[in-house]
Amino acid sequence: MSENCELKYTDYKSNLNVRWCPGCGDHAILNSVQKAMAELKVEPHNIAVISGIGCSSRFPYYMNTYGFHTIHGRGAAIASGVKVANPNLHVWQITGDGDALAIGGNHFIHLIRRNIDMNVILFNNQIYGLTKGQYSPTSKRGFISKSSPFGTVEDPFRPGLLAIGAGGQFFARTIDKELKLSVEIMTEAAKHKGTSVIEVLQNCVIYNDKTHEAITDKKYKADRTILLRHGEKMIFGANNDKGLVLGEDMKLKAVTIGQDGYTLEDILVHDAYAEFPNIHMKLIAMEYPELPVALGVIRSVERRTYEQEVKKQVEEVQNSTKISSFEDMVNSGETWEVK
Amino acid sequence: MGRSSKVIERNEVVVRFSGDSGDGMQLTGTLFSKTSAIFGNDISTFPDYPAEIRAPQGTIGGVSGFQVHIGHTEVYTPGDYADVLVAMNPAALKANSRWVKAGGTIIMDVDSFDERNLEKAGYKTDDPIVEDRLGDFNIIKAPITTLTKESLKDMGLDNKSILRSKNMYALGLVYWLFDRPLEHTEEYIRKKFAKKPLVVEANLKVLKEGYNYGVIIQAVTPSYHINPASIEKGRYRNLNGNTAVAWGLIAAAQKAGLELFLGSYPITPATEILQELSARKDLGVKVFQAEDEIAGICTAIGASFAGDLAVTSTSGPGLALKGEAIGLAIIAELPLVIVNVQRGGPSTGLPTKTEQSDLMQALYGRNGESPCVVVAASSPINCFEYAFYAAKIAVEHMTPVILLTDGFLANGTQPWKIPDLKDYPEIKPKRVTTDHDEWLPYKRRSDTLVRCWAKPGTPKLMHQIGGLEKDELTGGVSYDGLNHQKMVNTRAQKIKNIEDYIPEQDILGCEDSDLLVVGWGGTFGHLFTAVDELIHEGVNVALAHFNYINPLPKNTYEVLKKYKKVIVCELNMGQFANYLRMNFPDIPYQQFNKVQGLPFTIVELKEKFKNLLEE
Repeated sequence: MSENCELKYTDYKSNLNVRWCPGCGDHAILNSVQKAMAELKVEPHNIAVISGIGCSSRFPYYMNTYGFHTIHGRGAAIASGVKVANPNLHVWQITGDGDALAIGGNHFIHLIRRNIDMNVILFNNQIYGLTKGQYSPTSKRGFISKSSPFGTVEDPFRPGLLAIGAGGQFFARTIDKELKLSVEIMTEAAKHKGTSVIEVLQNCVIYNDKTHEAITDKKYKADRTILLRHGEKMIFGANNDKGLVLGEDMKLKAVTIGQDGYTLEDILVHDAYAEFPNIHMKLIAMEYPELPVALGVIRSVERRTYEQEVKKQVEEVQNSTKISSFEDMVNSGETWEVK
Repeated sequence: MGRSSKVIERNEVVVRFSGDSGDGMQLTGTLFSKTSAIFGNDISTFPDYPAEIRAPQGTIGGVSGFQVHIGHTEVYTPGDYADVLVAMNPAALKANSRWVKAGGTIIMDVDSFDERNLEKAGYKTDDPIVEDRLGDFNIIKAPITTLTKESLKDMGLDNKSILRSKNMYALGLVYWLFDRPLEHTEEYIRKKFAKKPLVVEANLKVLKEGYNYGVIIQAVTPSYHINPASIEKGRYRNLNGNTAVAWGLIAAAQKAGLELFLGSYPITPATEILQELSARKDLGVKVFQAEDEIAGICTAIGASFAGDLAVTSTSGPGLALKGEAIGLAIIAELPLVIVNVQRGGPSTGLPTKTEQSDLMQALYGRNGESPCVVVAASSPINCFEYAFYAAKIAVEHMTPVILLTDGFLANGTQPWKIPDLKDYPEIKPKRVTTDHDEWLPYKRRSDTLVRCWAKPGTPKLMHQIGGLEKDELTGGVSYDGLNHQKMVNTRAQKIKNIEDYIPEQDILGCEDSDLLVVGWGGTFGHLFTAVDELIHEGVNVALAHFNYINPLPKNTYEVLKKYKKVIVCELNMGQFANYLRMNFPDIPYQQFNKVQGLPFTIVELKEKFKNLLEE
């Protein structure tokens, strides 16, 4: 990695006017990514930002890096090609709940399964914004939208569970307007070797305003979310007096320290590095009002990456063969001379 | 070992091996072909097998065939009709007897002609020779199964392994028939089963005994003698169309100084390209077996953006899935080679059978005004050339190129003279330098209208591209109507300009004939042979066979308008004919079309052309 200590977040801003709706959560996410990049000190020319289609997918135009705004759902596949072709590039995929989980679902799970070293920022606003307001694969059952005037009759995906089901080794969650947390998470995601999935709970001010408000509103956030940090107790609440314990039914349970006989000792400690993801899945699945919604890096486990294995295999074969050119290849095997 | 007096001297001969799809007929045919090629004959092969890996035993649907045409002179097709048919069971005889020349030789494994198998094959009597009226043929009723069993009874092999060896018995017999050496096949058996000495021993024994059986029956059997062909000096090897495509791409990457990337998904009959390139880690080829056809092309587009020579390979149904992504490569103006090995359609169609019905899809199967270069190979071995030139055009003109081959070319083999890459032109990627004040990603060369290719990782060349219409210079998003018109025109003109970089269309045969035969792609061998034979018979016919479809060669109209009669022959319902009609409407086109999963026959072509000339 070539480092340049002089880099500021403004070095990652393109000179194009940002054209998202005023008040859209995307503005804050853009700032977070640029700040994280400045913190990582990766030079803009070593970064490729790849997106599909959707509001969030305009992202590459606003970055002063190499960028490719591709076609709907296929960002993951195109980004995979970029990374395998040139593993030295830092590749970021920008996607939304429709782009990644509906039309691009197949590429999303296979990217994660292969564990290609790149960062996926999944803007989850539970709505199709660019087509003006249809329900998405993350809209809650019963959600009323232009394409579900009587409410949806299907259950949503939980992106984190899907990621883990596909063999995901890094999953984190943040909120669009929590800039500091987002920068921290994106920096960690970038440092992680392998596919990092970051779900950003994002607000669509026009078509799905306040969809995450019940948990992201300042007034309730402390009580309705929990920020997980590896090695730290799973404590939350405005007074830091609530915590998570594992009940006898093997389900997570929110308790108040000092009540019902629970002490600080009983509260679980977050282990993001746990190989087996069962506790991570429980944490990802937590939903308000039963439990607080988990934020932060929920899972971070190192595993071999696809592009490094490809490189390794090529090197191994090349070290054990006599064929090193087209000429060697065509003359190997069965040939004969016509005189 | 003396030969009987009944030796038939021939310039060329066609042999067809047929049996159940588990009988090893593809291997038997391949070994016979290689031996003949090494012997010095020119060859052309055509495997014809069912889509099912193991179709119901003994049925017509499960018959697997392999035809090879060997010649003292050059051969361009696997031949219409066989001089010798090997039929391992009644179904094989039933399916193939009508493809044997009158008076030809039929070798049948009589042991498999029992009541049950005859019934499964659809014979109504117990005498297929009478039922199929094969009385005038030279029938060799060889008890191949019994003799194989007898030969191997003391070797301690299980019954299954013994029965598996009977194809070697048949092969041995055919080697006797053609007076071919066994060494090559013996060598193959030793290598192939190196870890199973018993199997090696069994196969070698059976092969030899099959040969000896020929010696025993020679009194009643004619044998064939074909002298080695007088072909160009040099080092040769056998090559099929799919491997030729893979190697042409490798050659192009080496010439261009680029790394080769393939994104692909398995699909019949294109899979072998994926397999061949996967095996080429020694040359650093990066192969991404994708989760679907779309990811196959999209990973390739990503790799192209990152600076590799990027390729995706597929067949018709896959090309349909890749349509949107091809449009992206067109508007982004990135180099990309899309290899489409055509098969019978629509939908899943006839996966293992050949057809030329993806032409319109290749030309127009996308949304918007999306011109794309289309090139078609016309013989198994020239798949190498056209893969090379497809890559050259893609890289030098910053455009996707669709290379059309088909099942017939993909699986067919020919001897290939190993080329010297020095004889091939340079491939020069349009790289951009950093020594300018302002970097404009969509600024073009004024002559070719080609933009530059900036490799991510290079300082100062950061830029953003995408599928939205772009400003003519910066590449930034532009919804301006006049700019869109200009960009559509520019992209079309850029493709049209490629006509200056491809050869003019040539005319084969009798240039001053009344009749011009027009073909494209994989039908070349059949059309050329038909035209050539007619000329030898004193009938004047000309042939224009197209490899460059879009753009067409500059002189296309001049070629077409010279002739009173023009007949466009293709294995579809008239797609190229309609394309020509659209471009040059005043030519009186006639058509000869066929969609039966099989190539044209030379006989039917000659008849058609003769009739046309007499009209």
